[in-house]
Order: sequence, then structure tokens, then C-alpha cells
Amino acid sequence: MPNSSDSEAGVLSAPHVLEYPYTRSVGPIIGHFLGGLLERKLFGIRRPDGSVLVPPAEYDPDTGEALTDLIEVGQAGVVTTWTWIAEPRPNQPLARPFAWALIQLDGADSALLHAVDAGDEANMHTGMRVRVRWRDETAGEIGDIVCFEPEAAP
Amino acid sequence: MRDVAVVSFAQMPSVRREAQRNEVEMIGPVVQSAIERSGIGRKEIGFTVSGSSDYLAGQPFSFVMALDAVGAWPPIRESHVEMDGAWALYEAWVRLQHGDINSALVYAFGKSSPGSVRDLMALQLDPYCVAPLWPDAISLAALQARALLDRGDYSERDFAEVASRGRAAARDNPNSQVTGGADIDALLGEPYVASPLRRHACPPISDGAAAVVLAAEDTARRVCERPAWIRGIDHRIEPAALGVRDLTSSPSAELAAANAGVADGGVDVAELHAPFAHQELILRDALGLADGVAINPSGGALTANPLMVAGLIRIGEAAQRLIDGDATRAAAHATSGPCLQQNLVCVMETKQ
Repeated sequence: MPNSSDSEAGVLSAPHVLEYPYTRSVGPIIGHFLGGLLERKLFGIRRPDGSVLVPPAEYDPDTGEALTDLIEVGQAGVVTTWTWIAEPRPNQPLARPFAWALIQLDGADSALLHAVDAGDEANMHTGMRVRVRWRDETAGEIGDIVCFEPEAAP
Repeated sequence: MRDVAVVSFAQMPSVRREAQRNEVEMIGPVVQSAIERSGIGRKEIGFTVSGSSDYLAGQPFSFVMALDAVGAWPPIRESHVEMDGAWALYEAWVRLQHGDINSALVYAFGKSSPGSVRDLMALQLDPYCVAPLWPDAISLAALQARALLDRGDYSERDFAEVASRGRAAARDNPNSQVTGGADIDALLGEPYVASPLRRHACPPISDGAAAVVLAAEDTARRVCERPAWIRGIDHRIEPAALGVRDLTSSPSAELAAANAGVADGGVDVAELHAPFAHQELILRDALGLADGVAINPSGGALTANPLMVAGLIRIGEAAQRLIDGDATRAAAHATSGPCLQQNLVCVMETKQ
């Protein structure tokens, strides 16, 4: 599609679609995590020091040691940091204002990035508890998690 | 180690949108200027290496076309990194250690204006668990900024002070892009782009290019009165997963700074590649810079941020201060990846 400002300046422009039509295998560790999403389960992986990474990594981020000990973790957790997006960008998880957050799930020692559907920025704070909201039909991809939502007050 | 120095630096003024010239046309004058200032003949240059990203051009192997700007016939010894030009400079420094050549040309270019760079940056993230969510570059930086505020050592006013100082410094830099609006209270009155980041705490979108000529030992002494001798250069990286890292510190920058020898004699000036205001605070701590150090006298990446170039510009700006006799020992830093994931530190001095 010609860009109007370019056209005014007398510069020609043309559409250009870039694609990489490759098929890739996700491997046994990420594959297990994505397979878990299909069944509405969340998996992490245990490191030699006992701590648990979610999402799981194939190799220890500090030592490079291969990791294999996959374990299921909780479906709720704590927001460790967040930002409020008043105007969501194209393709982001929610089309209405939402928070991005790093979420440390119960049983995990690292945090997962996802959206929190909190309604208003005033409802967000570091340390708040949130719970996963699953998509109606899962497909084995990160989008099976629609977002997280604040847990009801106890 | 062989002594290697920066002997010349050139850059084009960063602009929001370079509508007329393509990448080759942007690079050409910059490369020509750097070579002319170096005093080394174009045919005498032993190695040429560039830094850029095909994702900005939207075209695979776009860097090959950029070679038109340097003149690659008869064939030259040449390389490319899909990284900021600071890492291309690292490769050139390593190449010069081989001892068979005495000079190298390093250049970098980035034209961000044709696409939506804020969204595009998501493509550098984990392709299975993160990139499909399309977290934009400003949002990820905002997660880091919030974590830093939560730690309690810094406030949003500190972010604004970094931006204000950068804008004031940029007034003396004809290559910078953002110079106006340095009143801190006015800056704090801006709405959030992604809380807690306001517009002033985020970098401009820039098109730009830069080039550096390196020379070794006697060649450097022959062509330059005060070469900026590289005394240490190192780069380190942290895990790709944001949720594994402590975002409030930069262990990779700290390690690179220690290995490059920032503390071994201190520095007069530091050019820190901090695209977001809070990152300058994190880096200042990571490099252990004393209060008297002039930080980002160029204005820094908050005032001109051509992707793939801004890190090389930090090295060039710091080196130029040594070459001009305005400083004797300088640190330059470059970053790559989300939230300061990867960091390079280069220490230069005029002392032989």
C-alpha cells in the first residue's frame, strides 16, 4: 500500500511481505509445557539447586546443565512486576486496557510473562495474587492462557 | 595483547525519518568521512565489519547490499554481525589481534522508520512462550522500571532527571534528535506510555549510521596524535527469560566492566547505552561510576537511538573526547536484547 507521505515526496513504495515458511520441532521440554497447556496444566522444570523454572528451560540458565525433571505447578501466583497498557497494541492478548506482568506461579521460583485483566490500573499492585484464565478450546500454545485475572479477595 | 585504538569516528545526525536516502546512501558519506579523518587509505584498510539487523530492513541479507557503500571490489576481507555495531567493533578488535593487518573499518546502520519498531522487537524474544503474545519493547522496559521503583532506591523523578540531563547535553550535539523540554516538573506531568514510563523516559525512534576506524600500534601512532587506545573490552549476556533475571541490576554489565577494567584507574567520562532512563541508573551502579564521572555528555540514547548504531556511537563519542584531548580515560557501553540482557563495555585511554 503506498504511503501517502512518501507519495507526496515523490518516492515510490511497494508492499513487501516477509515470511519464513519453516516447520520447527519444539523438543521434549518446551513440547511438554505446550502439551500441558492443551490439558490446562502448567509445568515447570527443577534445577539441581531445587528451584523451579516456569516456563521450563532445556538447559540451566547459569550452568548450562541439561534439565529433565518436569513438575506440575500451581495455576495461580504472585505478580512480581507489572506495567499498565492503556492502549493495547495489535496482536496483544487483550484488546481492552490491561497489565503486562511477570507472574511467579505457586511452586515456581521464576516468573512467567503474561497479561492481567484487571480492569483498571488502580487494581494492580506488585505482590497481588492472580489466577490463570484458560481459553475455551486449547491448542497447545501459549495463547491457551487468555490472560491472568486477580484472585478474589479471601 | 596488541595495542589497538580508535583513530576516527563519524556519524550522521539521527533523524526520526530518513525518507529519501536508502541505507547505502546513508552509510556512504559516514564511511567516507571516517576513512578520511583516519588518515588511512581506503585500500589500506585490512578488515571491514558491519552491524545491522535484517528485521529493520524487512529483507534477508540486507547487509550485503550495504557493502556498496564501502566499495568491495577488488574483493575485501569483510564480515557482519546481526548486532549493534559495538559488537562489530569487538570482532574487528579480535581480528586485529591476529597481527597480520593493522587497520579495520567498523560501520553500523539502522533505519527504524519503515516499520513499527516498538512491536517488531518482540521477534527477538522466546518464539514459543513470549513472542506470540507480542509484548512491545516499551512494555518490557516498563516491567524493569517498576521492579527498580519497587526496590526503593529510585523514584520517577530520578528517571526524569536522567532524561532532563540528556536533553540539556544534547543541545551541544548536532547529531542528536531530542533536545527540547528539559524541565523536570513538566516531564513528570506527561502521561504514561506504559507505567511507570513516560515519554521522556523512552527513546526516540531514529534512523542513523556511524563508522569507526581502528588501527594497531605504529599505524595508530602514525595517523593520530592522540589515539583512543582500547585497554579493555568485554561482553557478557544474561538468560533469555526475563522472569529468571533480577531486572533491577545488571550482572552482565558488572562483569563486563570488571573484565574491561573500568575500576582500574577510574574514568573521566562514560557513554552508557541506556535507551530507557531507568537503565542509565542501573548501568551507573553496575559500572561502579564515581560521582564526578561525566555520564553521556553526548545526550545518550534517550536523545538519539538508531537501532544497531547507538552502541557504536557510544564508543565513538567516548573515543572522540579522548582524541580531542577533552578526557584521558573513558568507558563506553553498548546493550542488546530486552531489559539490558546483553552488555559490552570498552575502556579507552590516551596514555601510551
